[in-house]
Amino acid sequence: MTISREDIEKVAVLARIRVDDEQVSALENDLGNILDLVDQLSAADTESVEPMAHPLDAVQRLRPDEVTETNQREAFQAIAPATENGLYLVPRVIE
Amino acid sequence: MHNKSVAELSRELESGKISSVELTQQFLDRLKQEDSKYNSFITVTEEQALADAQAADAQRAAGNATPWTGIPFAHKDIFCTNGVRTTCGSKMLENFVPPYDATVTDNFRKAGAVCLGKTNMDEFAMGSSNESSHFGAVTNPWGLSKGEKRVPGGSSGGSAAAVAARLVPAATATDTGGSIRQPAALCGVTGLKPTYGRVSRYGMIAFASSLDQGGAIARTAEDNALMLNVMAGFDPKDSTSLDRAVPDYTATLNEPLKGLRIGLPKEYFSDQLSPAMEEQIRAAVREYEKLGATVKEVSLPNAKLAIAAYYVIAPAEASANLSRFDGVRYGYRCEDPKDLMDLYTRTRAEGFGTEVKRRILVGTYALSAGYFDAYYLKAQKVRRLIQQDFINAFKEVDVLMSPTTPSPAFALGEKTNDPVTMYLEDIFTIAINLAGVPAMSVPAGFVDGLPVGLQIIGDYFSEARLLNAAHQFQQVTDWHQREPQ
Repeated sequence: MTISREDIEKVAVLARIRVDDEQVSALENDLGNILDLVDQLSAADTESVEPMAHPLDAVQRLRPDEVTETNQREAFQAIAPATENGLYLVPRVIE
Repeated sequence: MHNKSVAELSRELESGKISSVELTQQFLDRLKQEDSKYNSFITVTEEQALADAQAADAQRAAGNATPWTGIPFAHKDIFCTNGVRTTCGSKMLENFVPPYDATVTDNFRKAGAVCLGKTNMDEFAMGSSNESSHFGAVTNPWGLSKGEKRVPGGSSGGSAAAVAARLVPAATATDTGGSIRQPAALCGVTGLKPTYGRVSRYGMIAFASSLDQGGAIARTAEDNALMLNVMAGFDPKDSTSLDRAVPDYTATLNEPLKGLRIGLPKEYFSDQLSPAMEEQIRAAVREYEKLGATVKEVSLPNAKLAIAAYYVIAPAEASANLSRFDGVRYGYRCEDPKDLMDLYTRTRAEGFGTEVKRRILVGTYALSAGYFDAYYLKAQKVRRLIQQDFINAFKEVDVLMSPTTPSPAFALGEKTNDPVTMYLEDIFTIAINLAGVPAMSVPAGFVDGLPVGLQIIGDYFSEARLLNAAHQFQQVTDWHQREPQ
């Protein structure tokens, strides 16, 4: 199976990863090979098979709606690349 | 001391022949002297280790010792350690110091164990050779004396190499498609991947959440049992953790194996397996027959689809999990971003390595509009077929046995140019993660001077039986005692 340059460029935008032209060429080949490998799945008969999400079909537990975490903003922001007055800094979004 | 198992070291400490401070210093000295050959550690926490050893000695003097009190070990650098850098083998987390402990980390801390540092690994646990680490490849201790540089396997290559090289007696590890068992096999040590949900994933940096499971690497099955005693258990902080009683895994190690029913999946003795490897595995199975086990051939007809299903499910889940690395809250951030999109795309282009980016892109593609049903949903259905094969097999037999890998440790660089060739390295281990059942790799011989691993697979929550089978094998063989020169 082949994957086009346009597909790779589109997926890279969705994944928020910059790729340059040279990388797109390498990815065409690598992703094409991986998708060839994965294409074996199409031969499997999965008519009336339920998809499996958890090996023991466990469902999400609910817990009482109580506060269990304490505020640790200083500790969490101490490891952030850029903060100011308790806020995370990013480049300007709205002009 | 460096050749002793955790169980033996525990007895030495208990008898008072050596203190934890002395023991820890010996291991630290050895680690500092030897690890330049292997690169199995990313971070060594000498000061913290000696302080913890001192506290452990005090704990023992006060009469409150556990089997782990004062025992040196290491964590795979995927488990968050409060105040100690946790990189996951990535530039993205090169300077990340977690403000909290993983549950596994916390469990070992409470048991009084002394962590010497964090072991090297494939970046975000994506790899089968430890060559995708931002901190450099790990060299397998086996083959070095002949001047060969071989991979230790991956992704837990640092943990396996460190245990094989006697730098630590035990190390934690994780397994998403074979990342405990394959490096254990290639390094000649014993590894256990528990049932999905048995060990908490809280604070274990996520790769593919429906497959990831923490586990153990040590030289003996008995030490694996001691590790699982500390690691296993329900954790309300992990939404997929399972609430089942935890037995004492050491209590049943000495049960006789008479009547154990072993199944050999014919699909795992195929032409992918070299004749020399097959001979070693068959010889190991004959040892089990001598111990009173019965052997029959079984079939896992859908096992051939496991790699294909895995390379949809794992990248899809990885693409979602790794979206958190955005350069905003923690981890790497690119220089001088010109706008928010530039911040995201350049941070992720620069912070992730080639294999991680490849998998995020495959996963994003598989989950994108128009492809979801054909890839992800189809793979989840095939996953159930694979699981059903195991359920059917365990109606007939107690355990399954196979080789862990198709061949012994390969040379550094041999498979890095072709991702698909590297993926096939996990051909015998991946179906186990898709089904969520537990499995071990146990040293079972040598081919060309390189270790061979026997894989023992069990039904859900049968870790005690696997450990019992592995321990009994280790009472009549000495493959696990062999030391790389």
